[in-house]
Amino acid sequence: MGYNKKALIDGVNGNTMQMQSAGFREIEHTADWEMQVWAPDFPGLLEQAALGMYALAGAQLAEKPRMKRTVQLSALDEESLLVSFLEELRYFGEMKGLAFDVFQIKVEGYQLDAELTGSALLSVDKEIKAVTFHNLTVRNTERGIEASVVFDV
Amino acid sequence: MIGLHDLVKISDYEWEIPKSFREDMRVPVRIFATRKLLEAVMDDRSLEQAVNTATLPGLVGHVLVMPDMHQGYGFPIGGVAATRYPEGVISPGGIGYDINCGVRLLASQISYDEVGEHLAALASAINHYCPSGVGTKGHVRVTDTELAQVCREGSKWALKQGYATEADLRRTEENGRLEGADPAKVSNRARERGRAQIGTLGAGNHFIEVDLIEHIYDSQAAQAMGLQEGNIAVQIHCGSRGFGHQICTDYVQEFQKAIQRYHIQLPDRELVCAPLSSPEGQNYLAAMRSAANYAFANRQVLAYYARKAFEEVLGGKVQHWQLFQVYDIAHNMGKIETHLVEGEEIKVCVHRKGATRAFGPGFEGLPLEYRKIGQPVLVPGSMGTASWLLVGTETSMARSFGSSCHGAGRVMSRAQAKKKIWGEDLRISLEAKGIHVKAGSMAGLAEEAPEAYKDVDDVVQTVCGAGIARKVARLVPVAVIKG
Repeated sequence: MGYNKKALIDGVNGNTMQMQSAGFREIEHTADWEMQVWAPDFPGLLEQAALGMYALAGAQLAEKPRMKRTVQLSALDEESLLVSFLEELRYFGEMKGLAFDVFQIKVEGYQLDAELTGSALLSVDKEIKAVTFHNLTVRNTERGIEASVVFDV
Repeated sequence: MIGLHDLVKISDYEWEIPKSFREDMRVPVRIFATRKLLEAVMDDRSLEQAVNTATLPGLVGHVLVMPDMHQGYGFPIGGVAATRYPEGVISPGGIGYDINCGVRLLASQISYDEVGEHLAALASAINHYCPSGVGTKGHVRVTDTELAQVCREGSKWALKQGYATEADLRRTEENGRLEGADPAKVSNRARERGRAQIGTLGAGNHFIEVDLIEHIYDSQAAQAMGLQEGNIAVQIHCGSRGFGHQICTDYVQEFQKAIQRYHIQLPDRELVCAPLSSPEGQNYLAAMRSAANYAFANRQVLAYYARKAFEEVLGGKVQHWQLFQVYDIAHNMGKIETHLVEGEEIKVCVHRKGATRAFGPGFEGLPLEYRKIGQPVLVPGSMGTASWLLVGTETSMARSFGSSCHGAGRVMSRAQAKKKIWGEDLRISLEAKGIHVKAGSMAGLAEEAPEAYKDVDDVVQTVCGAGIARKVARLVPVAVIKG
């Protein structure tokens, strides 16, 4: 079971019109990886960023058993919360061998409560070593909000 | 976007972006590059990142950029910045995630003719003993207590465990151990990531390479290092693995608050910093030094296993199969050093991100046999192309805070490289040139293709032309092992 790697190129994650309002795509970066991500709201942005990060890494999940994990995070602002959330997922992948594909995310102020559903991470094509703050701004756009995230690989 | 017209040409090898270019700059930016190398980076954000770096509080002299520069995050890769100690700041992003990523060069008395028929077996044995690739765990597992010892002692820990010789330590930057490391300033998560990764290469651009010493340019320096044309050498390129990455991640996150506390305005949040004298700055220094010592120990354990591979394959077949250490040097590090700035000798924190220390002759920290020739500078090229051994000069001390380049420098994005190059085609073409390849993934191999990098000979010509390093030897690869 893999993530939508095609979305990295054409910028559309999913087939429905509703899904096209949220997505991610890869941006050229000389040494590392950069991803643009957008969604109607901030929890949606976190979900797309997670799906995009897994797609960039070429993550493959086991079909079963499915499992749930909860995550609570608090941060200084939206950018810090985005980095902390992706770092949390990166940690689950590297140290616990888990990846997620269903996200229920609530954000109040800069506090996040999430229930993540996923399964064992079977393999990745490429290791994401860190999530950076480089030029990171969560900004409002006509279609909602967006951000560009640079990963150290 | 910065254009060539914004730069002042100082010489064929040196350019400057004056302080007046942007009002938030505190010092000018000095770039070591030819016009050709500059033009290669005009489409990425290297120079913009150098200008951003020039806004850090407490900077002295110039922000320097080496000819292997390319876009990074926060600092450009190839960036050097010195802040006054202790009033200035320290920036974790200016040292990088892979703290003390560096290169070790081992050499031998084995001629290429002796080893030729054994190269494939040698590449396989190194690949077996030196685990590489995504999320790799090594042969060495340490407890939390042992990890704390690694943090405090670096290569000395490896010596006590039988992974090193005294000579190895003498020929390592800082003898393989930075003073002032404190594992208590390292998070539990970093310790968790670090415990199983000692003696592993990892993925990305890290590698072990068996090289042939193709040509010697400075026989006196080569003799001091024990190098002979036609002999075999080994390069090990890696750093502090997940341990260093987690430390940088933790402190970049923590320093987001510190810049508010100390009222520091920055153009990029990856440049976050704290005064060196502050508790945040001191804590990061102690954690960063722990990761630096971890990386020295990591490369030492990899060297031990590379030697084991040589013994297994060449023992009894080749008379002198032993590998001896030439030098080990960091290219992502923050160091407190004394430099002469505008006629005044001052203590500074030199941030080198993708740049190598290149101290000139006479430096007391060098082993006796190197004091007359200067510090060895290791410049690995891209996979399948040449690498260089240089030495630091008096000019590097005067002009670049004793720093030089660290490699060839990327010029093509990873995504572009994968689109243009098939890993398997590349493997076949390298094998056709007589280079044995062991790679964890063909996609990873494609990303590191020679076409994705600048010409290392141009980069080396530039630092030597500018006088901040001197050529000693050129090496060409005969076997490459990468994650």
